[in-house]
Amino acid sequence: MKFFNFHLMPYRHADLDAIAKNGSAWVTFSNRHYDPQKGAELYHDYLDQMEFADKLGFDGVCLNEHHQTAYGMMPIPGVLAGALARSVKRAKLAILGRALPLLNNPLMVAEEYAILDNLTRGRLIAGFVRGIGAEYHAMGINPAYSQERFAEAHDLIVRAWTEPGPFSYVGKHYQFKYVNPWPRPYQNPHPPIWIPSQGSGSTIRWAARMRYTYCQTLSPIAAVARFFQLYRDEADKAGYKASPDQLAWSNTIYVAETDETAVREARPHLEALMNYFLKMPTEMLLPPGYTDPASMKRVRAAKVTGKPQSIEDVIKAGVVIVGSPNTVREKLAEYQDLAGFNTSLTKTQFGTLPDDMTRANMTAIAEEVLPHFRDRSPQGARREAAE
Amino acid sequence: MADHSTSTIAIRDCRIRLMRGGAGPPLLFLHGGGGMGIWLPCMARLAKKFHVIAPEHPGFGASDTPPWLDTVGDLANFYLDFLDQLDLSGVHLIGSSLGGWIAAEAAVRNATRLASLTLVGAAGIHLNDVAQVDTFLSNEEQRIRDLFHDQELAEAVIAGSQRPELEDAALKNRMMTAKLSWQPRNHDPHLRKWLHRIKVPTLLIWGDRDRIFPKDYAFAFQGLIPGAKAVIIADCGHLPHVEKGDAFAAELEAFIGAMRIAA
Repeated sequence: MKFFNFHLMPYRHADLDAIAKNGSAWVTFSNRHYDPQKGAELYHDYLDQMEFADKLGFDGVCLNEHHQTAYGMMPIPGVLAGALARSVKRAKLAILGRALPLLNNPLMVAEEYAILDNLTRGRLIAGFVRGIGAEYHAMGINPAYSQERFAEAHDLIVRAWTEPGPFSYVGKHYQFKYVNPWPRPYQNPHPPIWIPSQGSGSTIRWAARMRYTYCQTLSPIAAVARFFQLYRDEADKAGYKASPDQLAWSNTIYVAETDETAVREARPHLEALMNYFLKMPTEMLLPPGYTDPASMKRVRAAKVTGKPQSIEDVIKAGVVIVGSPNTVREKLAEYQDLAGFNTSLTKTQFGTLPDDMTRANMTAIAEEVLPHFRDRSPQGARREAAE
Repeated sequence: MADHSTSTIAIRDCRIRLMRGGAGPPLLFLHGGGGMGIWLPCMARLAKKFHVIAPEHPGFGASDTPPWLDTVGDLANFYLDFLDQLDLSGVHLIGSSLGGWIAAEAAVRNATRLASLTLVGAAGIHLNDVAQVDTFLSNEEQRIRDLFHDQELAEAVIAGSQRPELEDAALKNRMMTAKLSWQPRNHDPHLRKWLHRIKVPTLLIWGDRDRIFPKDYAFAFQGLIPGAKAVIIADCGHLPHVEKGDAFAAELEAFIGAMRIAA
């Protein structure tokens, strides 16, 4: 299994009571709560953590993209990727943005990713996402065009990377007389494309057909297993056998000496993530048109009561793994076999977790977990287990 | 009541549902983002003097969602086709909210089949520094509350909106409303440049407690459409035809009556 150190770069000094009062850390949570002195410090801490991950032997580091929120301070992940391109010496550099529909000029992502791929001499992993619903509120982009714009921007970028320019492109949302970006990507034909999603069936099926690596965001492991099975089924239909390398699970891992210590230490920071940084009204998460009416109805029907989640809840559901080295190894092996993935996108920092604890966690994972999974692939009869 | 009927009609490639009732000069009522709704008491009253036609827009409720539908301009052209196909003339065109925007766009493009235009709490233009509710961030209950001044009426509407059989249409309506009005939010920056081309008598009916498009919008439209008359209804929210149906119908009848005398 490959391990990536996945960072959200939260503004971890955010006033949690103020978030609760506002109802969300997103879009409407005033940036008056952002202190640039503290923010600058965090950017450097977090970038240092990414460099530390490289030194510890993580296979890659992951950035993501969210807008107008204390949940993550990476609206333009390419800037931070640029800062890491020369200091992360060995690990892959994955951007699990960019939210293509938010762009009025997708060629700029073709350019940005190509530069990063050149800078890292081919260590870039190019993520393409639709962005979560809140992004459409934040960036003034019509959610009803999200899927159309994603499809068009994706096609344009891949063509810009693979077809010799200049050529013309005329779509519904994007038109260019000249498509001829310099530089071209370092990797041939282009950087690996990874597709993160919350579990949209149409996205999973599309990623499988395109043979792109599918990344499942924060979900209970049973749901992850179902989503990955859908991917494998779709690959079968497309006439090939999906490899576990095409499936990545985005999780959170916290390791301490004993289970009890780990839970006690992680609790406030993980619960801050679940109950404050992640919280938003349904209308913000799922603006009309963002997803088709059938999925919208499913989400509305499944509407959770919105009661706070405890660390025990998310451990039990297999959303996160928290415990002693032995517990973490056992759970991770169990989940790898159940869901059949070969990449772990691991948040080692989460919520309000401070720098020293994050580094201790990263070290523990690197020493106590990584070596045991280096050559491990999913085992057992997954198909039945997922059902 | 047998004073109206509901049917389906195809305009070119697009089938839409419409309610119609009464006889007399045609009165075409374009609904807002909430959808076609019911045959309102004010429609029943107006049907005593007019041939009231209340279509359900393409992309809403039981009407088709045609592949060509992207903008309010598309709907404006659709209704010009609609008037041609039904060969209606001397039409009193009325539009509420999003429907008002469609009506204004249509009237700018071609008013030859129109006798008058009435905008009710209409979208279509933007004013800086006017506090407006973000209906896309409100939950369903709050959204309904914000439509009305009379909160007892809002309660009744909320109670009536919980029926599961309405869910599909509500989701469809909301999705199409977002498609048409999310960005730029609730307006076309180019519309205001051409509102002066509306030469038919124009009436602006607004609730004085409209929280969606506050009455400042009535006065802004009045400044942009030559000779437009503004009527502000007291203790009334965004939907005067629902909340103050009698006052709404009376204003409309008086306006059209005065037009006839002037003619």
